[in-house]
Amino acid sequence: MAATASSPRASRWTRLPVLAQLRQSVGLQRGMLVTGLVLTAIFVLTAILAPALAPYGFSQLRGHDGAFGAQQPPSAEHWLGTTQGGYDVLSRLIWGSRTALLVIIVAVVASILVGVTLGLISGYFGGWLDRTLVVIADAIYAFPSLLLAIVLAIVISGGQSSMWGGILAAALSITVIFIPQYLRVTRAEVIRIKSEAFVESARVIGAGHARIMVRHVLRNSTRTLPLILTLNASEAILTLAGLGFLGFGIEPTAAAEWGYDLNKAVSDVTSGIWWTSVFPGTAIVLVVLGLTLVGESLNDLADPRLRKRAAGAEPVEDLGVDVGPDEDPATAATPETTKEAAL
Amino acid sequence: MSDLVEIRDLAVTFATDAGPVRAVDGVSLAVHPGEVLAIVGESGSGKTVTAKSILGLLPETATVRGAVVLRNKDGGEADVAQLSGSRLRQVRGRDAAMVFQEPSTALNPVFTVGWQIAEGLRAHGRMSKKEARAQAIDIMRRVGIPDPETRVDHYPHQFSGGQKQRIVIAQALALDPGVIVADEPTTALDVTVQAEILDLLRRCRDEFGAAVVLITHNMGVVADLADRVAVMYQGELVEQAPVRELFESPREAYTQQLLAAVPRIGEGLARAEVRAARRPEGWDEQEPVVSATDLRIVYPGRFRQPDFVAVDEVSFSIKPGEVLGLVGESGSGKTTIGRAMAGLTRVSGGSLSVLGVEMNGARERRIRPIRSRVGFVFQDPATSFNPLLTIAQCVAEPLVVHGRAESAEDARGRVDELLEAVQLPRSYGDRFPHELSGGQRQRASLARALALDPELLIADEPTSALDVSVQARVLDLFDELHRELGFAALFISHDLAVVDMLADRIAVLHRGRLVEEGTGAEVLGNPQDPYTRRLLASLPVPDPVEQAERRARWEAEAS
Repeated sequence: MAATASSPRASRWTRLPVLAQLRQSVGLQRGMLVTGLVLTAIFVLTAILAPALAPYGFSQLRGHDGAFGAQQPPSAEHWLGTTQGGYDVLSRLIWGSRTALLVIIVAVVASILVGVTLGLISGYFGGWLDRTLVVIADAIYAFPSLLLAIVLAIVISGGQSSMWGGILAAALSITVIFIPQYLRVTRAEVIRIKSEAFVESARVIGAGHARIMVRHVLRNSTRTLPLILTLNASEAILTLAGLGFLGFGIEPTAAAEWGYDLNKAVSDVTSGIWWTSVFPGTAIVLVVLGLTLVGESLNDLADPRLRKRAAGAEPVEDLGVDVGPDEDPATAATPETTKEAAL
Repeated sequence: MSDLVEIRDLAVTFATDAGPVRAVDGVSLAVHPGEVLAIVGESGSGKTVTAKSILGLLPETATVRGAVVLRNKDGGEADVAQLSGSRLRQVRGRDAAMVFQEPSTALNPVFTVGWQIAEGLRAHGRMSKKEARAQAIDIMRRVGIPDPETRVDHYPHQFSGGQKQRIVIAQALALDPGVIVADEPTTALDVTVQAEILDLLRRCRDEFGAAVVLITHNMGVVADLADRVAVMYQGELVEQAPVRELFESPREAYTQQLLAAVPRIGEGLARAEVRAARRPEGWDEQEPVVSATDLRIVYPGRFRQPDFVAVDEVSFSIKPGEVLGLVGESGSGKTTIGRAMAGLTRVSGGSLSVLGVEMNGARERRIRPIRSRVGFVFQDPATSFNPLLTIAQCVAEPLVVHGRAESAEDARGRVDELLEAVQLPRSYGDRFPHELSGGQRQRASLARALALDPELLIADEPTSALDVSVQARVLDLFDELHRELGFAALFISHDLAVVDMLADRIAVLHRGRLVEEGTGAEVLGNPQDPYTRRLLASLPVPDPVEQAERRARWEAEAS
């Protein structure tokens, strides 16, 4: 019993979303996926290890021997130079990844929770509730997303900018833009799954709505979520950077934020101070590139037509031969016997 | 004249996620001019792959070894396995053509059928639009489309399924190819339409002089049409013989097994008599489990279209322990009746009483108590299981829902019993549905339906997605369980022979109306309704000698 219980679990490990795709990918697709995963891993590790990696604090203006000085070019003390405000660019860069990761996590988790729940209810029950939710979702789509995010950032933060206040404001304003996406995707899947025979068979058995929704429909309709999740994560970073760039982000004393740094670097560009804009900009590009590569590769790999590989073969039918309770029928004894008979 | 197609030692391997799969292994076949060669076998036997290799239609993931030599009528020959690009396009259509299984997907819905037939003509010869059109009209007339001058400008959706298949055949015949490959040309069609299409394929041979490679799993079709039969199993050629010889004295064990598994009309009579004899006295007076009077089910029309009446004034009853077989073609309303009995479809009029609950106007709350007393077996075993639950969890689901067990683990004892009852090993409980074959899944489905010891079992085409030999096992199992457990059952099928094997009484549906009802002996032995008679006559018998006689009689009646 223990052996039979552990074997499906072992295979389940390789069926985890990203790992499974990594295993089945080949050639260029594999290259894309691996590049994306490496970039994403660097980003996540930097965010986690920020205190150890960063030479200075994100709001630090002076070291042991006095102030850093504004707009210093890259040097031994400041590898990537200092900004107009006198912060160390490298430290801002490293600490900024932390803010970005937090915003992504909060935004994605919140939008998944709300979006999937609403999508499940909307798709399963249908009727006027469904129509209302879809109309609201469409209405949100109609707004320019950045405009919506700005309005919400102001509403949520109320003009103040502590670290968590800023992160939440950015994350939740992104959430509102993402909820319709998750709602739509989940709803479409739920409507498809709802008409599948196994859901009908659950109805025939007499299972209640809650049980059917959670046990039979929900788990089967979340298959495409990892994909939108990665794509949305990159979009979240762009929105966060956009907010910061427009000045609705987080104050430099509360947390490091790439978009804010870019904003402050605008005037530097014309005066030949390249290091204040290039590095935060590159960071944004690389992280977005990494996440998008992962998302796009998952998207391609999830589609058998793009994957260019057929699905596995059907198991062999056991014909006519009674299978004893202890015999392992996976070996399908019959083809061999029939072949022998044919020879 | 030499062979039109010569396949020598063909081996096809597919690259899949699970590693390379050998689909065809060392097959050598020849197609003689003017013959119908049937390639029979079950799903996964490689018959379709073999036939598609004749036209070089295999996907990119396939690796082909061996030779497929195609000779055209002028005596030229080409090895299709080696050809590519424009050479291959030249051969396709001119030397060999294909008829697909599903006529509704083989035709492009946005072009007229005349355009689609002419497309092939224009691709192979310099021909003006006018000439191509004239030829398209001509070929449509020859395949039996009435009024081809106007029909040539119609779109595929304006034709019925049988007519669409005629047009696909016309498309194949347009360039007068030496060989026509027909991949299950009648599987998607109803029995009465099937007979006409088989007739047309026979005319392809007789009038157009084309050899036909017929791929099918239906032994009745083989007996009706084929001159020679090649039996395939697991990618290998098991046996090749002229059709009469094969049916009379199959040499190989697999062929014998395959032929024995084909259900034949008349086999069920004895079983039904045994069952009738075992019934206790007073059985006739017992309250029926299901009774329908003037049952009417209407699907409301959308966008101002008229409502669709699926079932109209149907009356029947099922007594305890009795099996009612419901037969009809697609669209006859048989599945709708089954779904209405399970409370999945609303009843619009009349009365349908299931286990004492009136289903007309009943709310879900009223139906729920009888759910534990009704079992349902779905048509497609591939989709009727939640892919994320193990078989044991799926089978335990009714027990958990109705409070007979706390959880799937708690119900495991009963689940093991059920799996053994349907002849599945206990260890299969830990597998996921996709790890089982179609027949095994359908047996698990039966186990789930029987988990609560239902008084009524509704089986909606439980074997139509299965291969013949697997179907035979599932039907035997059904019969055995019915004898042991004594549930009443509604058995829905489009196949008269299958229904005959199991049912005590047979009801024949035609366009939503019940045209005939009675015991198997009455309905099949002495059919009263003209529709039943037509249905019986068009069902090909898996015996070439008898089928030839039947066909002669059928043609005499028709003319």
